[in-house]
Amino acid sequence: MAKVTTPKPKETANIDHSPPLMKGWMNTPAEIRPGIYCYGAKPKNLEAVGMPFPKEWNPEDENWKLPENWKEIIEEGFKDRLDRFRSFKLFMDICVRCGACADKCHFFIGSGDPKNMPVLRAELIRSVYRKKFTKGGKLLGQFAGARELTEDVLKEWWYYLYQCTECRRCSLFCPYGIDTAEITIIGRELTNLLGLNTDWIAGPAANCFRTGNHLGIQPHAYKDMLDFFVDEIEGLTGIRVDYSLNRKGAEILFVTPSGDVFADPGTYTAMGYLMLFHYLQSQGLDITWSTYASEGGNFGYFTSHEMAKRLNAKMYAEAKRLGVKFIMGGECGHMWRVLNQYMDTFNGPADFLEEPVSPITGTKFENAKSTKMIHLVEFTADLIKHNKLKLDPSRNDHLKVTFHDSCNTSRGMGFLEEPRYVIRNVCNNFYEMPPNTIREQTFCCGSGSGLNAGEDMELRMRGGLPRANAVKYVHEKHGVNMLANICAIDRAALPTLMQYWVPGVEVTGVHEMVANALVFEGETKRTTDLRGNPLAGMEEEEDV
Amino acid sequence: MNFILSIVVSSLAVVILVLIPWIGVGALDLRVIFGILVPYAAMATFFVGIVVRVVDWARSPVPFRIPTTAGQQWSFPWIKSNPIDNPKGNTGVIVRMIFEVLLFRSLFRNTRLEYRRTAEGMPKVDYEWEKWLWLAALVFHYSFFVIFLRHFRFFMEPVPGFVALLESLDGFMQMGVLPLNGLGLPGVYLTDMLLMMAVTYLFLRRIYISQTRYISLPADYFPLFLILGLGLTGILMRYFIRVDITAVKQLAVGLFKFSPTVPEGIGVIFFIHLFLISVLIAYFPFSKLMHFAGVFLSPTRNLSNNSRFKRHINPWNYPVKVHTYEEYEEDFREAMIEAGIPVEKESE
Repeated sequence: MAKVTTPKPKETANIDHSPPLMKGWMNTPAEIRPGIYCYGAKPKNLEAVGMPFPKEWNPEDENWKLPENWKEIIEEGFKDRLDRFRSFKLFMDICVRCGACADKCHFFIGSGDPKNMPVLRAELIRSVYRKKFTKGGKLLGQFAGARELTEDVLKEWWYYLYQCTECRRCSLFCPYGIDTAEITIIGRELTNLLGLNTDWIAGPAANCFRTGNHLGIQPHAYKDMLDFFVDEIEGLTGIRVDYSLNRKGAEILFVTPSGDVFADPGTYTAMGYLMLFHYLQSQGLDITWSTYASEGGNFGYFTSHEMAKRLNAKMYAEAKRLGVKFIMGGECGHMWRVLNQYMDTFNGPADFLEEPVSPITGTKFENAKSTKMIHLVEFTADLIKHNKLKLDPSRNDHLKVTFHDSCNTSRGMGFLEEPRYVIRNVCNNFYEMPPNTIREQTFCCGSGSGLNAGEDMELRMRGGLPRANAVKYVHEKHGVNMLANICAIDRAALPTLMQYWVPGVEVTGVHEMVANALVFEGETKRTTDLRGNPLAGMEEEEDV
Repeated sequence: MNFILSIVVSSLAVVILVLIPWIGVGALDLRVIFGILVPYAAMATFFVGIVVRVVDWARSPVPFRIPTTAGQQWSFPWIKSNPIDNPKGNTGVIVRMIFEVLLFRSLFRNTRLEYRRTAEGMPKVDYEWEKWLWLAALVFHYSFFVIFLRHFRFFMEPVPGFVALLESLDGFMQMGVLPLNGLGLPGVYLTDMLLMMAVTYLFLRRIYISQTRYISLPADYFPLFLILGLGLTGILMRYFIRVDITAVKQLAVGLFKFSPTVPEGIGVIFFIHLFLISVLIAYFPFSKLMHFAGVFLSPTRNLSNNSRFKRHINPWNYPVKVHTYEEYEEDFREAMIEAGIPVEKESE
């Protein structure tokens, strides 16, 4: 495949939000454009998890090598899902096309492509639903907004279903709560019935199934990485931190996205976890990492509900095997939507675990008493509230920080104050972005739900525009130079986005800043942060 | 299909719907059909259709607990949660639904995208105040509701007290308002005007905003035109082409008491009005108008965010193929042992 070049920001910024005046959408087939789509799933990645119809295919080709009875497969799959998901059935029926969602989608804002309006993304599917499953649609065809499922329509589905990050911002504004994420999730399930996943999703899912994590890191390599962090931390602080892997009898199992272990700047967040856990060891924290459950994220969730369940199962299985009391999860977005809204239903009840209680403060996590899985950030917030951490926030004085709420933790959980509380306690310069762009109204990074590949860079830069625009505002107004978040995909995707739209802003996880501020007994005087950047007032000492 | 064709098709449909009773009663004198059979058939379709639809929705389960959380979760006692937008239990859900159904809370959040470019060609995105859709929707639904209630004057004998009260409130402009006492508009109901204004706005908005113009189907214009026709015939009857109210009431009361009669001397305009409302209610169960029932069933709104402390059951949950720890260790045992990672089974 030819190398795809991403247009310059100024070219990208030339966006027309007015759809064509006279030509309707129904008969305008999708033009599958490089830079917007992700490569098709490779057969080996589908075979690895037993997904149907593996094949070599290129979305730009005319021939998608569909099985002969592909229409029947889709129709049957469609009907099956209408019977299994009230959400899907209802959302097919009740949209009034008021357009309130239209300009709420980051992909529409950044691309102007009318089929990226949530309402139209859903209509692509609804039109086929009407033709197949409603009398009006069968009878009146286009006049009732119905159309036949053709190969062109299928390609259009595929193209636009993989241009939605399932961020649910549209569902917030919809007067009936129609959730495009739900439609995308189920629509992607349908494409997967024909082997039409993207490789950027199928690959990590296959990896995760076998090796326990998306990046396919094998157990010894995982340990190598953690050992490397231990050395790094010692170099920076003089403290040699202790950690354990796959240890039976620990009180807590810790699960975090593998991105934290393998990709900058997430690695600094992972170092933050290690430092915090070591700090608390003397106060009674007994925690283990796992190589089998070495993935918090869930690319199965971007494939199908079933695949999500298959990958998620490892967390409880490992907790049971190791005999821990409860599980703690690291900083990740869609991971926490799955943990909050699906895990217990998928793979519970976790009756072999105990209701989580902080071993340091004695706080009962009432809000997690059924899943028995707590968020590291709420754990840390509770520690800070109880004065269990000695913090020197001035060690983050070289940073001017703003916080990006991840879509999933805000609109699929409501995890808004805990990270802010932690940030305010570990750094002195914190500035909020405008209210229309944070908390429940937050904008996606543009790369969620498995779209953080390299070949769809133009799409990602377009989708991330609203987020970048809000960062730019605080960058110019307050000099913000650090974008904090609690999501591994954010940490992987936002640096590129910042370079593209707002150069001069870096990206960090919250626990990297916690670790910067954390004062250890007997540590050497810190002159740099975890990244080796000089602390405020230490610039000269660095030069010496 | 483009928007012009959509508008032509749906307005043509309404014109035909006006012509049917016009010819049917005016020329063919089929008063029993249009005065009794059509309204009964329409009401039956309405009630049966809605029940069938709602039951059909309800038959599909809610496998996962997927509320859209629009505020802070319930967490520590020292973190203020948002019990309405992120409810932890049923009370919160009920309040959230009341806000949603009666006040259109989600629509109230609406903003309008303002996309500009700076002199250097860089993007500048803003989100502007936009409550007009919310306002028009609210005015439309409440006016329609009040007008519906006012019509009980025709269905019930004696006229219920609340109808009289509503009429006097709704008709306050007949009296005029201070300081213009006596300068009021005789016989004008506020809701009549508001309904027509709101429907007109909702139509114009659809074609004025390029995005809604692009997404609109004939099924979006049709109910607007139908309601416009309904309102116009009602207003015509009230102010311009008077019909024999006593006879109309006799017919309406007869329909409601299931002893229908068609009195003499009712003008064709009334039959057109009656036919349009019949079509509207018969159309209801087959159309997007079902949103009025659907909103109550919407899983992103009517569920509490409690799935971390109360297990939600999926009725069709089934076992799946997983990669067990044993299989994993089989794959990597040597490397794990070498790296000093604990294993279940030492190598053979």
